[in-house]
Amino acid sequence: MQIYLPIADLPVNIFLLLAMGAAVGFVSGMFGIGGGFLMTPLLIFVGITPAVAVASVSSHIAASSFSGALSYWRRRAIDPSLASVLMIGGALGTALGVSTFTLLRSLGQLDLMIALSYVVLLTSVGGVMFWEGLRAMMRARQGAVATVRRPGSHVWVHGLPLKMRFKRSKIYVSVIPVVGIGLLIGFLGAVMGIGGGFILVPLLIYLLRVPTSTVIGTSMVLTLATMMIATMLHAMSNHLVDAVLALILMVGGVTGAQFGARAGQMIRGEQLRLLLGLLILAVGIRFAIELVIRPEDLFTIRETEVGR
Amino acid sequence: MTPLRLIGALLLLGVAGMAPAQAERLIVSVSNHRVTVTPNYAGEELVLFGSVEKDAQTPPTRTAYDLVVTVRGPRADMVTRRKERKFGIWINTDSRQFLKVPGYLALFANRPFDAMAAAEVQRRQQLGLNNVLLTQRVGPDYADVVPNDVFRSAFVRLQSQHGLYREDTSAVTFLTPTLFRTGIPLPAAVPIGTYEVEIKLLADGAFVTKTETAFEIVKIGFEQFVASSARQNGFVYGLVTTAMALMTGWMASIVFRRD
Repeated sequence: MQIYLPIADLPVNIFLLLAMGAAVGFVSGMFGIGGGFLMTPLLIFVGITPAVAVASVSSHIAASSFSGALSYWRRRAIDPSLASVLMIGGALGTALGVSTFTLLRSLGQLDLMIALSYVVLLTSVGGVMFWEGLRAMMRARQGAVATVRRPGSHVWVHGLPLKMRFKRSKIYVSVIPVVGIGLLIGFLGAVMGIGGGFILVPLLIYLLRVPTSTVIGTSMVLTLATMMIATMLHAMSNHLVDAVLALILMVGGVTGAQFGARAGQMIRGEQLRLLLGLLILAVGIRFAIELVIRPEDLFTIRETEVGR
Repeated sequence: MTPLRLIGALLLLGVAGMAPAQAERLIVSVSNHRVTVTPNYAGEELVLFGSVEKDAQTPPTRTAYDLVVTVRGPRADMVTRRKERKFGIWINTDSRQFLKVPGYLALFANRPFDAMAAAEVQRRQQLGLNNVLLTQRVGPDYADVVPNDVFRSAFVRLQSQHGLYREDTSAVTFLTPTLFRTGIPLPAAVPIGTYEVEIKLLADGAFVTKTETAFEIVKIGFEQFVASSARQNGFVYGLVTTAMALMTGWMASIVFRRD
């Protein structure tokens, strides 16, 4: 059944979109991530322009992170004070990201920057995750005790001023890196159409040493906030949020996530990390190939101003 | 009617009567003046009918006519960009802006333009996609450039691929020596707005007369409502979309609640 996407200006099969939403939802439920880094590229590959894909996926991630955040909230696995400080940075970063997005779009370099960001971020993060997962698996096979590498008790981060106590996470840390992390995630999220969970969670664990009990819930609250702001700003400045597309993705996504979460419990942790690393790496490489091969048509047309 | 107006009208009639080019008159009609595009719209074809009315001034030797129908959709500014290989990757480097160019452009004729008139007449009367004025901004200047300019030809080629620009020199058929018809195909992705139709009559390689008509394309339905509210009320649209996201997330957390 074909459905016409009003903003993307494209007829698409509704079942294809539902299946994509469900597949990405399954993966995101399995790994406990938002899945934006998979959803945005998939939409681009089916022919939706990168700009519309990025803007619409932000509302889709808002939905999936809200349902996640609610269940973590009920389990008291969210640190509200840490989430608030992160959000300050997140809001600033998102605003900065959307204005960069608008600027790049007017310069005609948006698609390139989205692709480049995906290549750089996904190949590096995916590569590291894949390598770490591989080493952990090899150690497990050799029979060695898998020791989680803990960073030294005094990372440079802990020397910074403006310290604050975050009770539920039981950490005492400067607000500068917290706001900084929020800023980075907000910026990347708005430009690339990702929630940023796969960068945010490692940063919170290794840099701020947030305990695993609160890290996922808190990161979901930040993702929810940045993606809501991104949806609003993209809708107001670029008019690119396709609500019909977003709704279909949401419905598929939240359903798929439930099954993914159950499947995820059956796989061992290091195997899960290896798989996720491989997946992220693959998407990054796909974008790299797209940039290097000669495009079918060197020319593109875009409407700049409606003269009606 | 006041005497002054009467004199005016008589004068106008006199002027019209004196002009030798006004020997023929064109009478045309489009099959539908208001096309509504619904969500399952998959393109349509309008029909334009017309006749050439001769009068006393028409030279008795003139029997064969040539007709060119030009359909122009709503105008918009467009930008064409060219990719080049830089540092091993393909990026947009050069661009040209096309100012107030029609979103839909179709030229129909009864025979090839070259057979109708000399190149100079073709250019002056804008006969053919190569001769239609497409204003470009080149730095501070506004100009149309030569038809074989790479950006212009890429623009026309891409628009033609989408069925938005077309040229057909066998689309106009004469049913009798003076009665003619042509189809105006409209693709699914047709821009909404007012379409101007210009019909030019040529005889013996020279322009004789022209007339104009118009039709309108309006989109209706839920999709159009969404698209126009996104454009006009970005703030409200954003709020509604965000609320929709929160509702979906909340409902999912209730439906699939595990604890």
